[in-house]
Amino acid sequence: MSTSAAAVAKPKLASKRLVGGDQVAQVFTCFFAVLILAVTAFLVYELWISSSPSKERFGFGFLTSRLWNPVTDQYGALPYIYGTVLTSFLALVIAVPLGVGAAIYLSELALPKWSNALTFLVELLAAVPSVIFGLLAIFTLVPIMRDYVQPGLQKVFGNESFLFGGPTFGVGYLTAGLILAVMTFPFIISVSREALMAVPREQREAALALGATQWESTWQIVLPYAKLGILGSVFLGLARALGETMAVTMVIGNDPGIHASLLSPGYTIASVIANEFSEAGGKYYPSALVELGLVLFALTMIINGVAQLLIVLTTKKGSAKA
Amino acid sequence: MPIKTTPRNRWRNAVNDVMLSLTAVCAFLTVSALFTILGYLLYNGGKSVDLNFFTKLPLAPGQDGGGMANAIVGSATIVILASVIGLPIGFFAGIYLAEFSPKKFGFLIRYTADLLNGVPSIIIGIFAWTVVVRPFHQFSALAGSLALSLMLIPITARGTEQFLLEVPRTMREGALALGAPMWVTIMTVIVPAARKGIMTSMILGVARISGETAPLLFTALGNQFWADGLMQPTASLPAMIFTHATAPYDDWHRQAWAAGLVLLGLVFVANITARMIVSRGASLPK
Repeated sequence: MSTSAAAVAKPKLASKRLVGGDQVAQVFTCFFAVLILAVTAFLVYELWISSSPSKERFGFGFLTSRLWNPVTDQYGALPYIYGTVLTSFLALVIAVPLGVGAAIYLSELALPKWSNALTFLVELLAAVPSVIFGLLAIFTLVPIMRDYVQPGLQKVFGNESFLFGGPTFGVGYLTAGLILAVMTFPFIISVSREALMAVPREQREAALALGATQWESTWQIVLPYAKLGILGSVFLGLARALGETMAVTMVIGNDPGIHASLLSPGYTIASVIANEFSEAGGKYYPSALVELGLVLFALTMIINGVAQLLIVLTTKKGSAKA
Repeated sequence: MPIKTTPRNRWRNAVNDVMLSLTAVCAFLTVSALFTILGYLLYNGGKSVDLNFFTKLPLAPGQDGGGMANAIVGSATIVILASVIGLPIGFFAGIYLAEFSPKKFGFLIRYTADLLNGVPSIIIGIFAWTVVVRPFHQFSALAGSLALSLMLIPITARGTEQFLLEVPRTMREGALALGAPMWVTIMTVIVPAARKGIMTSMILGVARISGETAPLLFTALGNQFWADGLMQPTASLPAMIFTHATAPYDDWHRQAWAAGLVLLGLVFVANITARMIVSRGASLPK
């Protein structure tokens, strides 16, 4: 069969239209795309293999044990999982209302010129390296927390209270949560703002025409319409907070225990890896740290997957506007 | 037409005013965080940045007047090497995604790239440790570069793809109708048309990795002296900030502030340049 006949037979298939140099180009670029797949698969494989001594020795008990003792080679992940989840949760409690509020202001109220300028500043905030947040937190936030905020909280709630008891060091879950909140809200703001801006104008006009105030239109009509995208931004922020290392490592206090008090020092998965990995020797110590990494990897992958899905769903829904 | 002021309407208007003002307060608070950071860094770092900082090696605690010349050169080495590895891979993968990929396979790669982009940077560090540091029994700049390039690849690939797809369809069709093969069209028409956007996403990607610390902690490790080649432990600005800020010495803290100011300055200059290249306020890939 001649080439032209083949082209006529299957005119729709892009791959059949490629000839000569195009096939080379396709194979060449495809190689790099497959490289992304391969590297990601290799990363998962390495995490799995390198953590196998620890997985075989501790089994699922690794996830529920509170013991972490390199001297006796006993490792358990629970305090780190607890610290990671608690600090990220605190971050969201602070960052979600602030971030969504700011996104509402940027998409609904601010003049376009102001909105763009402020969004640019928010994106600059997102570009600040994590270690710089840590630097500022150590020297400014920690003293403020120790001298004013934490004693203040204890005055209000009592220093025997469940959430705010114990001595005040400045470092700890609450301080880490605060700094994480500042690091996550740029993501929440910029994704939520886009979700809100994708809500069709008619929705707002219809609500206003029926006599709703601007807040009622925003709260009862626009927000519900964009809720999937906003939820997506929250999950995206959560994934960032879970995996955040440097800033948290500098203010968490490095205490491998489980404490109810938010003022108490703690530890997170990422920060124990950052602090101990380069000095870990023997067979089980590094492998236990890699297994911690695997746990963190699984957590963030699930949260990220949900976030991507939610964001894809809203951009499809809002595509009428573009 | 004035709204009738029944008590209920007054209440609704009051709620409206209060809540809308609160959103403005939220926006103000979030943006003020940026200025607080900038202000503190300028105040504390400005006092410590001097010529020595750029030309001298770090000194032991207690001695006055050291610098971070080795960390500046080390960071530059690691980031340039990471860019040399990561940018071409990301660029070509982006071309494949935008121009050649079949639907399902393209979705798979896109999804994987987004996953890789979301992997916490400390885990990328573990990976680089297992494939470079462990086999060679040596912390090295190369391991650090590899870790950073892994973060750069998905950013570049998705950025390149996004901006290639924004090139109008008519330009492709015009070139193809003139008889140019697809690859010539891509090289001479599509990529040049999207070059501003592609450059922007590349600059943003490089800016992002140059501030990363976690992947360097146990790959490039750090060094108080000049590194002797790519296979040696190498100092970098972000890692230096971490070690100096967490150490209990006042002169080290001053050095950390100076390093923080220099690093943030570089990152901001890169970000602002990138956004000026895309002159119209096009939305940027996250």
